[in-house]
Amino acid sequence: MRISEFLCRALVLCLLACFPLVTHAQDEDSGQALLEALDTSSYAAKGQAIEALAASGDERTRYWLETLLDGKLQRNKDSGRFVVVLENRGRNWPVEDALTGESLGEMSRRDLDRIGINNALRGQLQSTLAVLDLRVDDLDARREAAARLVGEVDDELAAPLAEVLEEEQNAEVRRYLSHALAIHRLEQGDATAVDALAGSLDSKVRAALNQATRSDDAKLADAAQQALASIEQKLKLNRGLETLYFGLSLGSVLVLAAIGLAITFGVMGVINMAHGELIMLGAYSSWAMQQVLPGQPGLAVILSIPVGFLVAALAGIAIERSVIQHLKGRPLETLLATFGVSLILQQLVRTLVSPLNRTVVTPEWMSGSVMINEALSLTLNRLYVLGFALVVFIGLMLVMRRTRLGLEVRAVTQNRAMARSMGIRATRVDILTFALGSGVAGLAGVALAQLTNVGPNLGQSYIIDSFMVVVFGGVGNLWGTLVAGMSLGIINQILEPWAGAVLAKIMVLVFIILFIQKRPRGLFPQKGRAAEG
Amino acid sequence: MHWLGQPFQERPTQLFIGILIAALAVVTVLNLALPAGHPLHVSTYTVTLLGKYLSYALLAVAVDLVWGYLGILSLGHGAFFALGGYAMGMYLMRQIGDRGVYGDPVLPDFMVFLNWDSLPWYWQGFDMAWFAFLMVLLAPGALALVFGFLAFRSRVTGVYLSIITQALTFALMLAFFRNEMGFGGNNGLTDFKELLGFDLRSDATRLGLFIASGVALALGYVLCRAIVGSKLGRVCVASRDAEARTRFLGYRVERVQLFVFVVSAMLAGVAGALYVPQVGIINPSEFSPLFSIEIVVWVALGGRATLYGAVIGAILVNYAKTVFTGVMPDAWLFALGGLFVLVTVLLPKGIAGLLAWRFKRPDFHDRHPGDGNLSREEATA
Repeated sequence: MRISEFLCRALVLCLLACFPLVTHAQDEDSGQALLEALDTSSYAAKGQAIEALAASGDERTRYWLETLLDGKLQRNKDSGRFVVVLENRGRNWPVEDALTGESLGEMSRRDLDRIGINNALRGQLQSTLAVLDLRVDDLDARREAAARLVGEVDDELAAPLAEVLEEEQNAEVRRYLSHALAIHRLEQGDATAVDALAGSLDSKVRAALNQATRSDDAKLADAAQQALASIEQKLKLNRGLETLYFGLSLGSVLVLAAIGLAITFGVMGVINMAHGELIMLGAYSSWAMQQVLPGQPGLAVILSIPVGFLVAALAGIAIERSVIQHLKGRPLETLLATFGVSLILQQLVRTLVSPLNRTVVTPEWMSGSVMINEALSLTLNRLYVLGFALVVFIGLMLVMRRTRLGLEVRAVTQNRAMARSMGIRATRVDILTFALGSGVAGLAGVALAQLTNVGPNLGQSYIIDSFMVVVFGGVGNLWGTLVAGMSLGIINQILEPWAGAVLAKIMVLVFIILFIQKRPRGLFPQKGRAAEG
Repeated sequence: MHWLGQPFQERPTQLFIGILIAALAVVTVLNLALPAGHPLHVSTYTVTLLGKYLSYALLAVAVDLVWGYLGILSLGHGAFFALGGYAMGMYLMRQIGDRGVYGDPVLPDFMVFLNWDSLPWYWQGFDMAWFAFLMVLLAPGALALVFGFLAFRSRVTGVYLSIITQALTFALMLAFFRNEMGFGGNNGLTDFKELLGFDLRSDATRLGLFIASGVALALGYVLCRAIVGSKLGRVCVASRDAEARTRFLGYRVERVQLFVFVVSAMLAGVAGALYVPQVGIINPSEFSPLFSIEIVVWVALGGRATLYGAVIGAILVNYAKTVFTGVMPDAWLFALGGLFVLVTVLLPKGIAGLLAWRFKRPDFHDRHPGDGNLSREEATA
């Protein structure tokens, strides 16, 4: 060993003497010496050289080790330069300098000597690389590297990994590492390892435990079985939570779509079948804002909130003035007339914009997802919509309960004649209320544009659902709308896995139809004289 | 059968039946007697188109019966129409026999395509005409019976009823779109060959179907007129205008409503059964809420609670639809939407209201139809 090392050094010296120019340029580079050490015929010496490399802290270490592993780290026979082969096809290979990374053009394969490795070294290299990743400063990179190691630990890696685990501070990385080590111990037949794995949701952990249940050691198999059962339990819980999240998300969409209707239909008693088209207008204003502000989807989304509200509110005022005010006290006629308005609005969008669907770009801060654990991650855009729905709901609640407008609206709807005799301008209240409900529909459209495509039929698909939510919740009751929307969303998501999307929707519709037979005034019926409508 | 004969004593009915029979006769003569090149010749295509309008007119009469006289705005009558149509379609499918693309003697093509090896139980019996025709009445009737029983018993009225009827037809549309339902899914039932042994593509059969639609409309009209003119009809109108008062007088309003609702659904089913062989296809789009609400606007345009107004409205709107979709398809929804708005805002009594005002007909004996349908305004005023 010593001798080979000596020979190696001697060789290096010779080469240095032969090519003073080349070496001169690089003699301040410690990397040269590190690589020199690799160029030896003894695998044992190479092993030590790899260790030395890993310990050196040189930032190129990873690059060298990887290329060494791939057999791409080579040495020019004549110049003694270490090069990395970029592509080993044909007679002449393009190469770059291993130390500086500069391109050296092409070299004949005959001039290059590969720094060979054997299987033992390959294993050592892989584990060294893995450990190397675990020692970087970047937390995300460390976490990723640790997660990759779960289930991949072999005898060679176990010892250095245990060392890394000692030094690691971050709890998450520690968890991954201890799981990785425990799986290794489990594979060795160590029953105590099961405890360390219990409760993990990682699929690789489950695979390892599954493997262990088939072990000959009855005690081990038993312990693994129990751990698996508890993991299954936990997974079920997580799946339940996920369904709940999707249900709440769907529910928030329903609430958003229905809450404007809860004002116009529930509070004012006006059946507005064009409500869906007001949602559509909101969605289109979101799309239009993005056309106006190209390249700034974030700003466009934020601006489209007030714009969508205004557009829909103005459209609502136009509908109220032109149609609804003439049909006061004739709810069924109002229904028909506003349905006509909805047809006109749909066709208008089809003619003016396009019959095709448009997509609204999701800004960066709204895309992606939040990972709670391995089995549960929440998509961000849905989370935002959920939050938005709650904000809109609370806002509306405050308007209805705490402002002068809300007071007047309630007064006018409960007893119009009395309210007017108290000096409330009922017509103005009608307009404002309808504008408010319509504007909220526009907000729903802005939110929906983040979840689905924007098209002329967008509103149509929500109108029946919206009415169902309002009727189910109890007309004239904002809380009822919230509870009804959320529960219908959740019921839909619970039914969906075993009934399919369409059948689930049918079942929900039938459920509501039956429910209304039982309680014609919804979940939270209004009480008192206002209810006698 | 005094009550069934009663309508023939009334002038409007005599007039209506007279005009209808005259129109049927004129079209038949113009179609058969004149050569194809003659300017007054009515082509078979037009005859089928008119036949389609007549089946729509029957559907509109059915809607007017419940909306005009019971005050129940059904936004789901398309469902009964489509169910009748499907019952007829199933019979026509079974009549195809082994002449389908796959040549299976029993299974319709779409079932062969879906790799089904036998007929589902609910397709049994539809090879017999009498059974299928019975089902044309019973299938919509049964749905109306169950739905109406639940709805009227718990006194769901007004807007709520409208919305759940819409939900009903929407749910049925989603269901019939599913291939697993066994009704041909998206494509529905089509490629019909013959009805009762008559080739559906022959001119004679088409003329026959047109006349059958006219006769069915006349019978349906007389039946509705008879119901409306009877004591039952007066209870209907009473419950429309003041449901609570009628109840206090001791009438079982929900039974009256249920009976009339079921009759109306069956009429709609018959209309669907006549419609299907003439257009040659039935698919789930007939269940769409849009179609159901379109029917209501026919009635609104013609004039509620007149029956003949429904017929006028159905024919006018559908004629306009044929013209518009031919000339400028994009404008049709504008026109239809505008019609909804204009009729309800400017013409609350429809064309029949205009006629009555013009001729001062004494039989136009309405308060405002639907005033009984509770508005918040009224209840609290």
